[in-house]
Amino acid sequence: MGRAIERITTVVIGAGHAGLVISRVLAEHSVDHVVLERGEVANSWRRERWDSLRLLTPNWQSRLPGYPYSGPDPDGFLTIPEVVEHISGFAATTSAPVRTHTAVTSVKRIDAGYQVVTDSGEIWCRTIVLASGAANIARVPKVSTAVPQGIECLTPFEYHNPDRLPSGGVLIVGASATGVQLAHEILKSGRPVTLCVGEHVRLPRTYRGRDVLWWMENSGVWNERYDEIDDLERARRLPSPQLVGTAERATLDLNVLRAAGVEIVGRLATIRDGCALFSGGLANHFALADLKMGRLLDTFDDWARAAPQLEAGPPERFEPTRVPRPSRLSLDLRDGEIRSIVWATGFRPDYRWLNVSVVNSRGELRHDGGVVVGAPGMYVIGLPVLRRRKSTFILGAENDARDIVRCLLRYLADGVSTS
Amino acid sequence: MAQNGVNIDALLAAREALRSAPEAANFTWRASCRWQSGTHAKSTVQGFHGLGGEQSHKSEFSFETDHPEIFASEDKGATPVELVLVGLASCLTAGVATVAQNRGIQLRSVEAKLEGKMNLYGILGIDSDVRNGYDDIKVTFHIDADASKKDIEALVAQSQKRSAVYDIVTNPTNVTVEVV
Repeated sequence: MGRAIERITTVVIGAGHAGLVISRVLAEHSVDHVVLERGEVANSWRRERWDSLRLLTPNWQSRLPGYPYSGPDPDGFLTIPEVVEHISGFAATTSAPVRTHTAVTSVKRIDAGYQVVTDSGEIWCRTIVLASGAANIARVPKVSTAVPQGIECLTPFEYHNPDRLPSGGVLIVGASATGVQLAHEILKSGRPVTLCVGEHVRLPRTYRGRDVLWWMENSGVWNERYDEIDDLERARRLPSPQLVGTAERATLDLNVLRAAGVEIVGRLATIRDGCALFSGGLANHFALADLKMGRLLDTFDDWARAAPQLEAGPPERFEPTRVPRPSRLSLDLRDGEIRSIVWATGFRPDYRWLNVSVVNSRGELRHDGGVVVGAPGMYVIGLPVLRRRKSTFILGAENDARDIVRCLLRYLADGVSTS
Repeated sequence: MAQNGVNIDALLAAREALRSAPEAANFTWRASCRWQSGTHAKSTVQGFHGLGGEQSHKSEFSFETDHPEIFASEDKGATPVELVLVGLASCLTAGVATVAQNRGIQLRSVEAKLEGKMNLYGILGIDSDVRNGYDDIKVTFHIDADASKKDIEALVAQSQKRSAVYDIVTNPTNVTVEVV
Protein backbone atom coordinates (compact mmCIF):
# COMPACT_ATOMS: atom_id res chain seq x y z
CA MET A 1 0.00 0.00 0.00
CA GLY A 2 1.93 3.05 -1.22
CA ARG A 3 1.23 6.72 -1.26
CA ALA A 4 -0.25 8.19 -4.43
CA ILE A 5 2.30 9.01 -7.10
CA GLU A 6 2.70 12.74 -7.56
CA ARG A 7 2.94 14.12 -11.10
CA ILE A 8 4.93 17.32 -11.73
CA THR A 9 6.25 18.75 -14.99
CA THR A 10 9.78 19.42 -13.74
CA VAL A 11 11.76 18.23 -10.75
CA VAL A 12 14.86 20.19 -9.76
CA ILE A 13 17.28 18.31 -7.53
CA GLY A 14 19.17 20.57 -5.13
CA ALA A 15 18.36 23.93 -3.57
CA GLY A 16 21.74 25.58 -3.87
CA HIS A 17 22.03 28.79 -5.85
CA ALA A 18 21.95 26.94 -9.20
CA GLY A 19 18.78 24.97 -8.47
CA LEU A 20 17.08 28.07 -7.11
CA VAL A 21 17.96 30.10 -10.20
CA ILE A 22 16.54 27.33 -12.40
CA SER A 23 13.41 27.41 -10.24
CA ARG A 24 13.12 31.16 -10.64
CA VAL A 25 13.39 30.93 -14.46
CA LEU A 26 10.94 27.99 -14.59
CA ALA A 27 8.50 30.12 -12.57
CA GLU A 28 8.88 33.00 -15.04
CA HIS A 29 7.70 30.56 -17.71
CA SER A 30 4.95 29.14 -15.46
CA VAL A 31 6.42 25.65 -15.54
CA ASP A 32 5.04 23.72 -12.61
CA HIS A 33 7.94 22.32 -10.65
CA VAL A 34 9.39 21.41 -7.29
CA VAL A 35 12.92 21.75 -5.88
CA LEU A 36 13.96 18.73 -3.83
CA GLU A 37 16.60 19.37 -1.17
CA ARG A 38 18.16 16.65 1.00
CA GLY A 39 18.84 19.15 3.81
CA GLU A 40 18.13 22.85 3.96
CA VAL A 41 18.52 25.60 1.35
CA ALA A 42 22.26 26.05 0.63
CA ASN A 43 22.90 22.81 2.47
CA SER A 44 26.49 22.15 1.50
CA TRP A 45 27.39 25.75 2.45
CA ARG A 46 25.95 25.06 5.90
CA ARG A 47 27.69 21.75 6.48
CA GLU A 48 30.61 21.13 4.16
CA ARG A 49 32.84 24.21 4.40
CA TRP A 50 35.69 25.14 6.72
CA ASP A 51 35.12 27.90 9.26
CA SER A 52 37.21 30.72 7.78
CA LEU A 53 36.17 30.24 4.14
CA ARG A 54 34.91 33.23 2.19
CA LEU A 55 33.73 33.34 -1.42
CA LEU A 56 36.40 33.89 -4.07
CA THR A 57 34.14 36.42 -5.82
CA PRO A 58 33.75 39.97 -4.47
CA ASN A 59 30.31 40.71 -3.04
CA TRP A 60 29.13 42.81 -5.95
CA GLN A 61 29.50 39.68 -8.09
CA SER A 62 27.19 37.67 -5.81
CA ARG A 63 24.17 38.67 -7.84
CA LEU A 64 21.31 36.32 -8.55
CA PRO A 65 18.47 37.15 -10.98
CA GLY A 66 16.62 40.17 -9.56
CA TYR A 67 18.58 39.80 -6.33
CA PRO A 68 21.83 41.77 -6.26
CA TYR A 69 24.14 42.03 -3.27
CA SER A 70 22.74 44.95 -1.30
CA GLY A 71 25.00 45.00 1.77
CA PRO A 72 27.45 47.68 2.86
CA ASP A 73 30.68 46.17 1.49
CA PRO A 74 30.50 45.51 -2.26
CA ASP A 75 34.26 44.89 -2.50
CA GLY A 76 34.34 42.43 0.41
CA PHE A 77 33.89 38.67 0.29
CA LEU A 78 30.93 36.84 1.83
CA THR A 79 31.59 34.58 4.80
CA ILE A 80 29.86 31.22 4.79
CA PRO A 81 26.98 32.32 7.09
CA GLU A 82 26.54 35.32 4.77
CA VAL A 83 26.43 33.05 1.71
CA VAL A 84 23.75 30.95 3.42
CA GLU A 85 21.80 34.12 4.23
CA HIS A 86 22.16 35.43 0.68
CA ILE A 87 20.97 32.22 -0.96
CA SER A 88 18.19 31.73 1.59
CA GLY A 89 17.06 35.32 1.01
CA PHE A 90 16.88 34.65 -2.72
CA ALA A 91 14.85 31.46 -2.11
CA ALA A 92 12.42 33.40 0.07
CA THR A 93 12.11 36.33 -2.36
CA THR A 94 11.36 34.05 -5.29
CA SER A 95 9.04 31.84 -3.19
CA ALA A 96 10.83 28.85 -4.67
CA PRO A 97 8.81 25.63 -4.18
CA VAL A 98 11.55 23.96 -2.15
CA ARG A 99 10.91 20.76 -0.23
CA THR A 100 13.64 20.59 2.36
CA HIS A 101 14.77 17.39 4.10
CA THR A 102 13.69 15.40 1.06
CA ALA A 103 16.52 13.21 -0.17
CA VAL A 104 16.35 11.71 -3.64
CA THR A 105 17.19 8.02 -3.44
CA SER A 106 16.63 7.04 -7.07
CA VAL A 107 15.94 8.52 -10.50
CA LYS A 108 14.82 6.14 -13.25
CA ARG A 109 13.63 6.47 -16.81
CA ILE A 110 9.91 5.70 -17.34
CA ASP A 111 7.62 6.16 -20.37
CA ALA A 112 6.26 9.41 -19.01
CA GLY A 113 9.74 10.81 -18.33
CA TYR A 114 11.45 10.15 -15.00
CA GLN A 115 10.49 8.46 -11.78
CA VAL A 116 12.02 10.27 -8.82
CA VAL A 117 11.96 8.33 -5.56
CA THR A 118 12.59 10.28 -2.38
CA ASP A 119 12.60 9.28 1.25
CA SER A 120 9.08 10.69 1.46
CA GLY A 121 7.39 9.51 -1.73
CA GLU A 122 7.48 9.10 -5.48
CA ILE A 123 7.20 11.73 -8.19
CA TRP A 124 6.79 11.27 -11.94
CA CYS A 125 8.07 14.15 -14.03
CA ARG A 126 8.55 14.86 -17.73
CA THR A 127 11.75 16.80 -17.22
CA ILE A 128 14.39 16.89 -14.54
CA VAL A 129 17.23 19.30 -13.74
CA LEU A 130 20.17 18.05 -11.72
CA ALA A 131 21.47 20.88 -9.54
CA SER A 132 23.04 18.72 -6.90
CA GLY A 133 26.47 20.31 -7.20
CA ALA A 134 29.89 19.58 -8.62
CA ALA A 135 31.66 18.98 -5.31
CA ASN A 136 29.81 16.32 -3.31
CA ILE A 137 32.70 13.93 -2.72
CA ALA A 138 36.34 14.75 -2.02
CA ARG A 139 38.70 13.13 -4.51
CA VAL A 140 41.48 11.33 -2.70
CA PRO A 141 44.25 9.68 -4.74
CA LYS A 142 44.82 5.93 -4.46
CA VAL A 143 48.24 6.56 -2.93
CA SER A 144 46.46 7.64 0.27
CA THR A 145 46.18 3.96 1.22
CA ALA A 146 49.98 3.87 1.59
CA VAL A 147 50.09 6.56 4.31
CA PRO A 148 51.71 5.05 7.43
CA GLN A 149 49.51 4.55 10.48
CA GLY A 150 49.46 7.31 13.05
CA ILE A 151 49.16 10.14 10.52
CA GLU A 152 45.75 11.78 10.55
CA CYS A 153 44.36 12.15 7.03
CA LEU A 154 41.52 14.48 6.23
CA THR A 155 39.69 15.95 3.28
CA PRO A 156 38.57 19.60 3.11
CA PHE A 157 35.08 18.39 4.17
CA GLU A 158 36.56 17.12 7.43
CA TYR A 159 38.74 20.18 8.02
CA HIS A 160 37.14 22.97 10.08
CA ASN A 161 40.03 24.93 11.55
CA PRO A 162 43.69 24.32 12.50
CA ASP A 163 42.85 23.77 16.18
CA ARG A 164 41.36 20.39 15.39
CA LEU A 165 44.60 19.19 13.74
CA PRO A 166 47.27 17.39 15.73
CA SER A 167 50.22 19.63 16.54
CA GLY A 168 53.24 19.08 14.32
CA GLY A 169 53.86 19.18 10.59
CA VAL A 170 51.07 19.15 8.01
CA LEU A 171 51.42 17.92 4.44
CA ILE A 172 48.87 19.53 2.13
CA VAL A 173 48.43 17.79 -1.19
CA GLY A 174 47.15 20.08 -3.95
CA ALA A 175 47.55 23.80 -4.67
CA SER A 176 44.12 24.94 -5.82
CA ALA A 177 42.26 27.68 -3.92
CA THR A 178 41.58 25.12 -1.18
CA GLY A 179 45.19 23.99 -0.89
CA VAL A 180 46.73 27.46 -0.76
CA GLN A 181 44.12 28.79 1.67
CA LEU A 182 44.53 25.88 4.06
CA ALA A 183 48.33 26.05 3.76
CA HIS A 184 48.28 29.69 4.83
CA GLU A 185 45.80 29.24 7.66
CA ILE A 186 47.50 26.15 9.07
CA LEU A 187 50.94 27.78 8.85
CA LYS A 188 49.62 30.74 10.86
CA SER A 189 48.54 28.29 13.57
CA GLY A 190 52.23 27.54 14.14
CA ARG A 191 52.34 24.19 12.36
CA PRO A 192 55.07 23.63 9.74
CA VAL A 193 53.39 23.19 6.35
CA THR A 194 54.65 21.36 3.28
CA LEU A 195 52.57 21.95 0.14
CA CYS A 196 52.62 19.54 -2.84
CA VAL A 197 52.16 21.47 -6.07
CA GLY A 198 51.19 19.97 -9.42
CA GLU A 199 49.22 21.70 -12.15
CA HIS A 200 47.76 24.92 -10.75
CA VAL A 201 46.18 28.23 -11.76
CA ARG A 202 48.01 31.33 -10.55
CA LEU A 203 46.14 34.66 -10.35
CA PRO A 204 46.84 37.97 -8.60
CA ARG A 205 43.97 39.10 -6.37
CA THR A 206 43.95 42.54 -7.99
CA TYR A 207 45.20 43.70 -11.36
CA ARG A 208 45.67 47.33 -12.38
CA GLY A 209 43.77 48.34 -9.24
CA ARG A 210 40.72 46.17 -9.80
CA ASP A 211 39.75 42.72 -8.62
CA VAL A 212 41.04 40.09 -11.02
CA LEU A 213 37.53 38.64 -11.25
CA TRP A 214 36.27 42.08 -12.34
CA TRP A 215 38.62 41.64 -15.29
CA MET A 216 37.43 38.08 -15.89
CA GLU A 217 33.85 39.29 -16.10
CA ASN A 218 34.27 42.58 -17.96
CA SER A 219 36.91 41.54 -20.49
CA GLY A 220 34.57 38.76 -21.62
CA VAL A 221 36.82 35.88 -20.56
CA TRP A 222 34.16 34.50 -18.24
CA ASN A 223 31.55 34.75 -20.98
CA GLU A 224 33.47 32.48 -23.32
CA ARG A 225 31.05 29.74 -24.33
CA TYR A 226 31.73 26.04 -23.89
CA ASP A 227 31.44 25.44 -27.63
CA GLU A 228 34.08 28.12 -28.36
CA ILE A 229 36.75 26.61 -26.09
CA ASP A 230 39.55 24.66 -27.79
CA ASP A 231 40.11 21.99 -25.18
CA LEU A 232 36.83 21.87 -23.30
CA GLU A 233 37.64 18.71 -21.37
CA ARG A 234 40.76 20.35 -20.00
CA ALA A 235 38.94 23.61 -19.19
CA ARG A 236 36.38 21.61 -17.23
CA ARG A 237 39.06 19.83 -15.20
CA LEU A 238 41.09 22.93 -14.30
CA PRO A 239 41.84 23.34 -10.60
CA SER A 240 40.30 26.40 -8.94
CA PRO A 241 42.51 29.52 -9.10
CA GLN A 242 44.90 30.35 -6.25
CA LEU A 243 42.73 33.08 -4.74
CA VAL A 244 41.44 33.98 -1.31
CA GLY A 245 38.80 36.52 -0.28
CA THR A 246 40.21 38.80 2.42
CA ALA A 247 39.57 42.37 3.51
CA GLU A 248 43.12 43.27 2.41
CA ARG A 249 42.47 41.84 -1.06
CA ALA A 250 45.80 40.09 -0.72
CA THR A 251 47.31 37.81 -3.36
CA LEU A 252 47.93 34.27 -2.14
CA ASP A 253 50.27 32.74 -4.72
CA LEU A 254 53.14 30.35 -4.14
CA ASN A 255 55.70 33.16 -3.74
CA VAL A 256 53.59 34.59 -0.91
CA LEU A 257 53.25 31.19 0.75
CA ARG A 258 56.94 30.48 0.41
CA ALA A 259 57.91 33.85 1.89
CA ALA A 260 55.55 33.12 4.79
CA GLY A 261 57.40 29.86 5.44
CA VAL A 262 55.50 27.14 3.58
CA GLU A 263 57.79 24.53 2.06
CA ILE A 264 56.85 23.96 -1.57
CA VAL A 265 57.47 20.53 -3.08
CA GLY A 266 56.48 18.86 -6.36
CA ARG A 267 53.36 16.83 -7.04
CA LEU A 268 52.99 13.84 -4.72
CA ALA A 269 54.07 11.05 -7.06
CA THR A 270 53.77 8.12 -4.70
CA ILE A 271 54.38 6.88 -1.18
CA ARG A 272 56.95 4.11 -1.09
CA ASP A 273 57.98 2.32 2.11
CA GLY A 274 56.39 5.09 4.15
CA CYS A 275 58.28 7.76 2.25
CA ALA A 276 56.40 10.40 0.24
CA LEU A 277 58.11 10.94 -3.13
CA PHE A 278 57.58 14.23 -4.95
CA SER A 279 57.93 15.00 -8.65
CA GLY A 280 61.09 16.74 -9.82
CA GLY A 281 59.01 18.61 -12.39
CA LEU A 282 58.05 21.51 -10.10
CA ALA A 283 59.85 24.15 -12.19
CA ASN A 284 57.77 23.28 -15.23
CA HIS A 285 54.51 23.43 -13.29
CA PHE A 286 55.56 26.94 -12.22
CA ALA A 287 56.49 27.86 -15.81
CA LEU A 288 53.16 26.62 -17.19
CA ALA A 289 51.15 28.57 -14.59
CA ASP A 290 53.24 31.75 -14.96
CA LEU A 291 52.96 31.67 -18.76
CA LYS A 292 49.23 31.04 -18.58
CA MET A 293 48.73 33.93 -16.17
CA GLY A 294 50.81 36.14 -18.47
CA ARG A 295 48.60 35.28 -21.44
CA LEU A 296 45.48 36.05 -19.40
CA LEU A 297 46.88 39.47 -18.37
CA ASP A 298 47.72 40.13 -22.05
CA THR A 299 44.07 39.41 -22.85
CA PHE A 300 42.97 41.91 -20.20
CA ASP A 301 45.40 44.55 -21.53
CA ASP A 302 44.24 44.04 -25.12
CA TRP A 303 40.66 44.45 -24.03
CA ALA A 304 41.53 47.53 -21.93
CA ARG A 305 43.28 49.21 -24.88
CA ALA A 306 40.06 48.96 -26.85
CA ALA A 307 38.08 50.49 -23.94
CA PRO A 308 39.62 53.97 -23.61
CA GLN A 309 37.11 55.22 -21.01
CA LEU A 310 38.24 52.48 -18.66
CA GLU A 311 39.64 53.66 -15.36
CA ALA A 312 42.44 51.33 -14.39
CA GLY A 313 46.06 51.54 -13.36
CA PRO A 314 48.96 50.76 -15.68
CA PRO A 315 49.61 47.19 -16.83
CA GLU A 316 51.49 45.07 -14.30
CA ARG A 317 53.61 41.97 -14.61
CA PHE A 318 54.37 39.77 -11.64
CA GLU A 319 57.57 38.11 -10.53
CA PRO A 320 57.87 34.54 -11.83
CA THR A 321 57.24 31.85 -9.25
CA ARG A 322 60.57 31.31 -7.49
CA VAL A 323 61.78 27.74 -7.77
CA PRO A 324 63.05 26.30 -4.48
CA ARG A 325 66.63 25.09 -5.11
CA PRO A 326 66.91 22.29 -4.39
CA SER A 327 63.32 21.24 -3.90
CA ARG A 328 62.81 18.30 -1.61
CA LEU A 329 62.08 15.08 -3.51
CA SER A 330 61.18 12.84 -0.59
CA LEU A 331 59.81 13.09 2.93
CA ASP A 332 59.84 10.22 5.38
CA LEU A 333 56.33 10.02 6.81
CA ARG A 334 57.43 7.66 9.59
CA ASP A 335 59.86 9.99 11.33
CA GLY A 336 57.22 12.11 13.11
CA GLU A 337 57.84 15.34 11.19
CA ILE A 338 54.43 15.08 9.49
CA ARG A 339 51.48 14.46 11.80
CA SER A 340 48.59 15.07 9.43
CA ILE A 341 47.82 15.14 5.71
CA VAL A 342 45.10 17.21 4.02
CA TRP A 343 43.96 15.90 0.64
CA ALA A 344 43.13 19.09 -1.24
CA THR A 345 42.98 17.09 -4.44
CA GLY A 346 39.62 18.19 -5.75
CA PHE A 347 36.02 17.12 -5.62
CA ARG A 348 33.57 15.23 -7.75
CA PRO A 349 29.81 15.02 -7.97
CA ASP A 350 27.86 12.13 -6.48
CA TYR A 351 25.42 10.46 -8.88
CA ARG A 352 24.94 7.19 -7.03
CA TRP A 353 21.19 7.83 -6.89
CA LEU A 354 20.97 8.33 -10.65
CA ASN A 355 19.83 5.03 -12.17
CA VAL A 356 20.06 6.24 -15.75
CA SER A 357 23.16 5.37 -17.78
CA VAL A 358 24.45 8.88 -18.39
CA VAL A 359 27.68 8.73 -16.39
CA ASN A 360 31.01 7.76 -17.98
CA SER A 361 33.66 5.46 -16.50
CA ARG A 362 35.24 8.41 -14.67
CA GLY A 363 31.96 9.18 -12.92
CA GLU A 364 31.30 12.26 -15.05
CA LEU A 365 27.93 13.11 -16.49
CA ARG A 366 27.85 13.12 -20.30
CA HIS A 367 26.25 16.39 -21.30
CA ASP A 368 26.30 18.97 -24.06
CA GLY A 369 26.09 22.38 -22.45
CA GLY A 370 23.86 21.05 -19.67
CA VAL A 371 21.65 18.88 -21.91
CA VAL A 372 22.32 15.36 -20.64
CA VAL A 373 23.28 13.05 -23.51
CA GLY A 374 21.14 9.92 -23.89
CA ALA A 375 18.42 11.08 -21.49
CA PRO A 376 15.82 13.29 -23.21
CA GLY A 377 14.33 15.82 -20.80
CA MET A 378 17.24 15.60 -18.35
CA TYR A 379 19.40 18.67 -17.72
CA VAL A 380 22.22 19.64 -15.40
CA ILE A 381 23.41 22.99 -14.05
CA GLY A 382 26.28 24.08 -11.82
CA LEU A 383 29.14 22.05 -13.30
CA PRO A 384 32.46 23.66 -14.34
CA VAL A 385 32.32 25.44 -17.72
CA LEU A 386 28.84 23.99 -18.25
CA ARG A 387 27.94 26.63 -20.85
CA ARG A 388 30.40 29.41 -20.04
CA ARG A 389 33.64 29.83 -18.14
CA LYS A 390 31.68 31.49 -15.31
CA SER A 391 29.21 28.60 -14.94
CA THR A 392 30.09 27.59 -11.39
CA PHE A 393 30.20 31.11 -9.97
CA ILE A 394 27.05 32.57 -8.38
CA LEU A 395 26.69 35.23 -11.07
CA GLY A 396 27.13 32.55 -13.76
CA ALA A 397 23.94 30.68 -12.93
CA GLU A 398 21.46 33.03 -14.57
CA ASN A 399 22.70 32.79 -18.18
CA ASP A 400 23.06 29.03 -17.92
CA ALA A 401 19.63 28.64 -16.33
CA ARG A 402 17.99 30.71 -19.09
CA ASP A 403 19.69 28.62 -21.79
CA ILE A 404 18.77 25.35 -20.11
CA VAL A 405 15.16 26.32 -19.48
CA ARG A 406 14.91 27.37 -23.14
CA CYS A 407 16.04 23.83 -24.12
CA LEU A 408 13.64 22.34 -21.58
CA LEU A 409 10.68 24.36 -22.90
CA ARG A 410 11.45 23.30 -26.46
CA TYR A 411 11.55 19.68 -25.32
CA LEU A 412 8.21 20.05 -23.52
CA ALA A 413 6.70 21.67 -26.62
CA ASP A 414 7.94 19.35 -29.34
CA GLY A 415 10.01 16.59 -27.76
CA VAL A 416 13.28 17.80 -29.30
CA SER A 417 16.28 17.37 -27.02
CA THR A 418 19.16 19.61 -28.11
CA SER A 419 21.41 22.23 -26.61
CA MET B 1 51.26 26.63 -42.62
CA ALA B 2 54.30 25.55 -40.61
CA GLN B 3 56.45 22.79 -42.13
CA ASN B 4 58.27 21.00 -39.35
CA GLY B 5 58.04 17.52 -40.85
CA VAL B 6 55.43 16.46 -38.30
CA ASN B 7 52.23 14.86 -39.60
CA ILE B 8 50.02 16.50 -37.04
CA ASP B 9 46.76 15.48 -38.72
CA ALA B 10 47.70 11.81 -38.39
CA LEU B 11 48.64 12.32 -34.72
CA LEU B 12 45.39 14.10 -33.92
CA ALA B 13 43.41 11.42 -35.76
CA ALA B 14 45.25 8.72 -33.79
CA ARG B 15 44.43 10.51 -30.56
CA GLU B 16 40.75 10.56 -31.46
CA ALA B 17 40.81 6.89 -32.50
CA LEU B 18 42.51 5.83 -29.26
CA ARG B 19 39.99 7.75 -27.19
CA SER B 20 37.35 5.21 -28.15
CA ALA B 21 39.74 2.20 -28.10
CA PRO B 22 41.47 2.41 -24.71
CA GLU B 23 43.03 -1.06 -24.94
CA ALA B 24 44.93 -0.12 -28.11
CA ALA B 25 46.64 2.67 -26.18
CA ASN B 26 48.46 0.20 -23.93
CA PHE B 27 52.02 -0.11 -25.26
CA THR B 28 54.97 -2.20 -24.12
CA TRP B 29 58.44 -1.03 -25.12
CA ARG B 30 61.32 -3.47 -25.07
CA ALA B 31 65.09 -3.51 -25.14
CA SER B 32 67.62 -6.32 -24.97
CA CYS B 33 71.15 -6.06 -23.68
CA ARG B 34 74.10 -8.42 -24.11
CA TRP B 35 77.29 -8.13 -22.09
CA GLN B 36 80.41 -7.93 -24.23
CA SER B 37 83.43 -7.59 -21.93
CA GLY B 38 84.33 -5.45 -18.97
CA THR B 39 81.80 -2.62 -18.74
CA HIS B 40 81.06 -2.82 -22.46
CA ALA B 41 77.55 -3.96 -23.39
CA LYS B 42 75.47 -3.90 -26.56
CA SER B 43 71.74 -3.19 -26.46
CA THR B 44 69.22 -3.55 -29.23
CA VAL B 45 65.61 -2.56 -29.81
CA GLN B 46 63.24 -3.66 -32.54
CA GLY B 47 59.92 -5.14 -31.51
CA PHE B 48 57.28 -3.51 -29.32
CA HIS B 49 53.63 -4.03 -28.51
CA GLY B 50 50.87 -1.52 -29.20
CA LEU B 51 47.59 -0.82 -31.02
CA GLY B 52 46.45 -4.24 -29.89
CA GLY B 53 49.27 -6.26 -31.49
CA GLU B 54 52.97 -6.82 -32.08
CA GLN B 55 54.78 -4.04 -33.92
CA SER B 56 58.30 -3.59 -35.18
CA HIS B 57 60.75 -0.86 -36.08
CA LYS B 58 61.80 -0.95 -39.75
CA SER B 59 65.11 -2.38 -38.62
CA GLU B 60 66.96 -3.28 -35.46
CA PHE B 61 68.72 -0.38 -33.72
CA SER B 62 71.72 -1.01 -31.52
CA PHE B 63 73.52 1.00 -28.84
CA GLU B 64 76.99 0.42 -27.47
CA THR B 65 77.59 1.42 -23.88
CA ASP B 66 80.77 1.45 -21.88
CA HIS B 67 82.65 3.67 -19.45
CA PRO B 68 85.44 6.11 -20.30
CA GLU B 69 89.12 5.31 -19.91
CA ILE B 70 89.43 7.34 -16.70
CA PHE B 71 87.33 4.56 -15.14
CA ALA B 72 89.79 1.99 -16.48
CA SER B 73 87.32 0.95 -19.17
CA GLU B 74 87.81 0.79 -22.91
CA ASP B 75 85.31 3.53 -23.81
CA LYS B 76 83.56 1.65 -26.59
CA GLY B 77 80.37 3.64 -26.18
CA ALA B 78 78.48 6.27 -24.22
CA THR B 79 77.89 5.71 -20.53
CA PRO B 80 74.39 4.53 -19.64
CA VAL B 81 73.78 7.77 -17.72
CA GLU B 82 74.61 9.74 -20.86
CA LEU B 83 72.04 7.65 -22.72
CA VAL B 84 69.48 8.80 -20.15
CA LEU B 85 70.35 12.39 -21.09
CA VAL B 86 70.05 11.42 -24.76
CA GLY B 87 66.61 9.96 -24.07
CA LEU B 88 65.46 13.09 -22.25
CA ALA B 89 66.88 15.46 -24.86
CA SER B 90 65.42 13.62 -27.82
CA CYS B 91 62.03 13.19 -26.17
CA LEU B 92 61.77 16.91 -25.32
CA THR B 93 63.01 17.88 -28.79
CA ALA B 94 60.47 15.64 -30.52
CA GLY B 95 57.86 17.23 -28.27
CA VAL B 96 58.94 20.74 -29.23
CA ALA B 97 58.55 19.87 -32.92
CA THR B 98 55.15 18.28 -32.42
CA VAL B 99 53.74 21.06 -30.27
CA ALA B 100 55.18 23.68 -32.65
CA GLN B 101 53.43 22.01 -35.58
CA ASN B 102 50.17 21.83 -33.65
CA ARG B 103 50.45 25.54 -32.81
CA GLY B 104 51.46 26.53 -36.35
CA ILE B 105 54.96 27.65 -35.33
CA GLN B 106 57.67 27.28 -38.00
CA LEU B 107 60.93 26.01 -36.48
CA ARG B 108 64.28 26.82 -38.10
CA SER B 109 66.57 25.19 -35.57
CA VAL B 110 66.23 23.49 -32.21
CA GLU B 111 69.27 22.65 -30.15
CA ALA B 112 69.38 21.34 -26.63
CA LYS B 113 72.36 21.10 -24.31
CA LEU B 114 72.04 18.86 -21.28
CA GLU B 115 74.01 18.65 -18.07
CA GLY B 116 73.42 16.11 -15.36
CA LYS B 117 75.24 16.56 -12.08
CA MET B 118 76.29 13.47 -10.17
CA ASN B 119 78.52 12.78 -7.19
CA LEU B 120 80.39 9.49 -7.58
CA TYR B 121 80.42 8.94 -3.81
CA GLY B 122 77.01 7.36 -4.39
CA ILE B 123 77.86 4.64 -6.92
CA LEU B 124 81.23 4.06 -5.31
CA GLY B 125 79.58 3.39 -1.96
CA ILE B 126 81.69 6.00 -0.16
CA ASP B 127 78.78 7.97 1.32
CA SER B 128 75.37 6.36 1.80
CA ASP B 129 73.74 9.80 1.95
CA VAL B 130 74.70 10.49 -1.67
CA ARG B 131 72.37 9.04 -4.25
CA ASN B 132 73.62 7.00 -7.18
CA GLY B 133 71.79 8.95 -9.84
CA TYR B 134 71.70 12.55 -10.96
CA ASP B 135 71.16 15.24 -8.32
CA ASP B 136 70.14 17.73 -10.91
CA ILE B 137 69.62 17.81 -14.66
CA LYS B 138 69.74 21.05 -16.60
CA VAL B 139 68.36 21.32 -20.13
CA THR B 140 69.10 24.46 -22.16
CA PHE B 141 67.24 24.94 -25.42
CA HIS B 142 68.29 27.27 -28.23
CA ILE B 143 65.34 27.60 -30.54
CA ASP B 144 65.11 29.69 -33.70
CA ALA B 145 61.47 29.91 -34.77
CA ASP B 146 58.80 32.24 -36.11
CA ALA B 147 57.41 32.96 -32.66
CA SER B 148 57.81 35.31 -29.72
CA LYS B 149 60.03 34.41 -26.78
CA LYS B 150 56.90 33.82 -24.69
CA ASP B 151 55.46 31.46 -27.30
CA ILE B 152 58.74 29.56 -27.46
CA GLU B 153 58.80 29.28 -23.66
CA ALA B 154 55.24 27.96 -23.76
CA LEU B 155 56.27 25.46 -26.43
CA VAL B 156 59.08 24.13 -24.27
CA ALA B 157 56.84 24.02 -21.16
CA GLN B 158 54.20 22.08 -23.06
CA SER B 159 56.77 19.63 -24.43
CA GLN B 160 57.83 18.86 -20.83
CA LYS B 161 54.21 18.43 -19.83
CA ARG B 162 53.69 15.82 -22.54
CA SER B 163 57.09 14.10 -22.42
CA ALA B 164 57.34 10.44 -21.39
CA VAL B 165 61.05 10.58 -20.56
CA TYR B 166 60.65 13.82 -18.59
CA ASP B 167 57.99 12.03 -16.54
CA ILE B 168 60.17 8.92 -16.12
CA VAL B 169 63.09 11.03 -14.90
CA THR B 170 61.14 13.36 -12.61
CA ASN B 171 58.77 10.82 -11.05
CA PRO B 172 59.37 7.47 -9.39
CA THR B 173 58.71 4.33 -11.41
CA ASN B 174 58.36 0.81 -10.09
CA VAL B 175 61.15 -1.38 -11.40
CA THR B 176 61.18 -5.15 -10.98
CA VAL B 177 64.37 -7.03 -11.75
CA GLU B 178 64.27 -10.83 -11.88
CA VAL B 179 66.75 -13.55 -12.61
CA VAL B 180 65.40 -16.56 -14.51
